[in-house]
Amino acid sequence: MSKPILRATDVVVEFTGLRALDGVSLALAPGEIVGLIGPNGSGKTTLINAITGQVRLAGGSITLGDRTISGLKPRDIALLGLARSFQIVRLFNEMTVVENVQAAALAHGAGTRAARATALRLLHELGLDARADELGASLSYGDKRRVEIARALAADPAFLLLDEPAAGMNDAETEALLHTLAALPAQRGLGLLIIDHDMGLMMRLCHRLQVLAFGKTIAAGSADEVRRHPAVIEAYLGSEAAHA
Amino acid sequence: MTFALQFLIDVLSLGGAYALMALGLVIVYGILRLVNFAYGELIMVTGYALFLAGGTGLPWLVMAAMAILVAVATGILTEYVAFRPVRAKSVTAVLITSFAFSTLLQNAALLFISPRPRNVPLPPIFSQTVEIAGVVTPMRNLLTIAAAAILLAVFAFLMRRTVLGVAMRAAASNFTMARMLGVPANLVITSAFAISGLLAGVVGILWIGRIGTVVPGIGMEPLLVAFIATVIGGMRSLSGAVLGGFLLAFIDTTLNYTLAQDLLKFRDAFTFGLVILILLWRPQGLLKGPATGQRT
Repeated sequence: MSKPILRATDVVVEFTGLRALDGVSLALAPGEIVGLIGPNGSGKTTLINAITGQVRLAGGSITLGDRTISGLKPRDIALLGLARSFQIVRLFNEMTVVENVQAAALAHGAGTRAARATALRLLHELGLDARADELGASLSYGDKRRVEIARALAADPAFLLLDEPAAGMNDAETEALLHTLAALPAQRGLGLLIIDHDMGLMMRLCHRLQVLAFGKTIAAGSADEVRRHPAVIEAYLGSEAAHA
Repeated sequence: MTFALQFLIDVLSLGGAYALMALGLVIVYGILRLVNFAYGELIMVTGYALFLAGGTGLPWLVMAAMAILVAVATGILTEYVAFRPVRAKSVTAVLITSFAFSTLLQNAALLFISPRPRNVPLPPIFSQTVEIAGVVTPMRNLLTIAAAAILLAVFAFLMRRTVLGVAMRAAASNFTMARMLGVPANLVITSAFAISGLLAGVVGILWIGRIGTVVPGIGMEPLLVAFIATVIGGMRSLSGAVLGGFLLAFIDTTLNYTLAQDLLKFRDAFTFGLVILILLWRPQGLLKGPATGQRT
């Protein structure tokens, strides 16, 4: 049985007076890690928001296998197996760590006991056992990030979309995250889409990279291909020639 | 000693009622960040339901249960009539619709029943007194304490140990994120209104049990009490609402005991003066709840 592919086709998203995404396409297969990079404001987060149903599409479509999911409510999309994390950590601050993760499992139909067991197992996998009974608000930033990932996994998603999971982490935490994330697709057969500014992390972690600038895809391919692509160098470093 | 016990019973019974009122208001506020100004009317409809049931000759407990059910139904109705249609559109709109629904219910009571007080049926236990260790106190005070203790315990269990409770706390903490995780928003909101109605129903019976009559404007004081208790306690924290309720009762009771007879009619002025001082000291309320508002 092959799992469906998550596909964005010619997606256009407009905010008043601004075209945030201008015909971007992206495909994510189960077991695959795709990285989305690009300068600030290039539309990376908007693409994730579009996929998860938080912004309306002005054109194009999002499909999961044969099914069109653009236009569905965020909750229905979540229930179809798409989980995400946010650029700004959004834990349930006054709930304990284990309850945070449990809430996601419960929302996907698990009973209280099963949900708690799932939550504890995921916390163990992410090395958060010792934090289980602490309040969300009391954690260090890196731990909050990991709880978010555990919470996203509690829904047993087919696709996981992470918006800057390594932001604010120190080198050791980033390294640990890299190993956790790298193992996920094989362990769970899920497809992983990652946005991050840490190029070292992205180059090592992702199977494929896609580069956005001004709402358009300017390059896509392996880490090496992308690194050498002239349009990417220009977008990141600027080019005198481009302004001439 | 006798005095201390008397004081304790007074604080706990008034505080129990205040805490339940505050909890009923804050459970909706916590999730929607909107104050339900028609909350007082849930207590009013409880009173009138009990008054109307008085003619049926059913056992009192059955009548009381029916009255509480009417409050639950009215709570859910508030959600469907005043909140759901405008919830996503504008905070101001919800503010106005909830005021409008409040006025509508009050005027319905004026029009269809009477502006004058109506007697509600109450079992003899409400007017009996009991002596504990030399303290004579109305039985209804002990009933209030017991009801508050049971409801708060059940409520704490519900919020911590059940699927619905965890979903409601998640939604109260960050509504958008909870939806993103697949928590059913409408179910959570409707449940919050139903629980709000249940708390208002129970507290309504205990509250009306003190005076024995119901008037169309009876919900005003409980709404005010609930609102102030939640503001002192922290608008976004369920335990803060309970704490605020007991603190407000402590202030009221202390003033009742200490103010001179001719100052007693100004008790509320003293109470609110103290509330202002508390808020100057802790503008966020005693328990802060989440550190920041929702961010997109």
